[in-house]
Amino acid sequence: MSLQTPLKRAIGLGSAKEGVHHWKAQRLTAIVMIPLSLWFVCNVASLAGGEYADLVTWIKQPFSAALMLLLLFSMFYHMALGLQVVIEDYVHTTWMKITLLLITQFGSILIGLASIVSVLLIATGD
Amino acid sequence: MSTQNRPLSPHLEVYRLPLTGLISITHRMTGVALSVGTLLFAYWLIAAASGPESYATINGFLGSWIGKVLLFLWSFAFYFHFCNGIRHLFWDAGKGFDKEVVEKTAKAVLITSVVLTVLTWIIILAGGGS
Repeated sequence: MSLQTPLKRAIGLGSAKEGVHHWKAQRLTAIVMIPLSLWFVCNVASLAGGEYADLVTWIKQPFSAALMLLLLFSMFYHMALGLQVVIEDYVHTTWMKITLLLITQFGSILIGLASIVSVLLIATGD
Repeated sequence: MSTQNRPLSPHLEVYRLPLTGLISITHRMTGVALSVGTLLFAYWLIAAASGPESYATINGFLGSWIGKVLLFLWSFAFYFHFCNGIRHLFWDAGKGFDKEVVEKTAKAVLITSVVLTVLTWIIILAGGGS
């Protein structure tokens, strides 16, 4: 038997029996990407069409690598959350909804990880 | 009882969306478009990690006219989602809900994202990059 009052159990829980984590994560990743994405666009615009060595030199700077990793994490997390909501809103055939959710959620993780590993390889390579 | 084919409101076939509604659905569409764009972004990073040859190949594609068109559309989708995302964050803070303000910020989002896209491409093309 739980000693929690019913109110204590209900606070923070919607009908989906989960709290505001999804909402909060979507906003936090959005906020962190405001400066990060502008930083990325400025750097990539100057690297555009440049030499391979320029890109490597840029990513090998600790702060560039760190900010790239933070951007990639936020971006793929934000993307997984966003695609989840879009699919849940518009796809109402259960098997199709579940299939699309599995593809987009695991796809985001896989492609996000591959991007992060790529940055780490460039940053640590010789 | 069939619950799949009931009519939904608003009836999108006969209802002309107001500007705010168009901006709202465009936010989602640009979000999905940017998600597709991350595939190219990831491919670019993976190519860079694989070495100079594969990096040259992807850069060659991005420098071609079709690559440039894709990047141009992608940059607009980014700026639009960026500006309207900030508008959403203000709403999350409980600000900017008045009808006039909502109309005004809708127009501001459109104009700002177009201006930023054009500015970015002027800088890139004037910088001699491809």
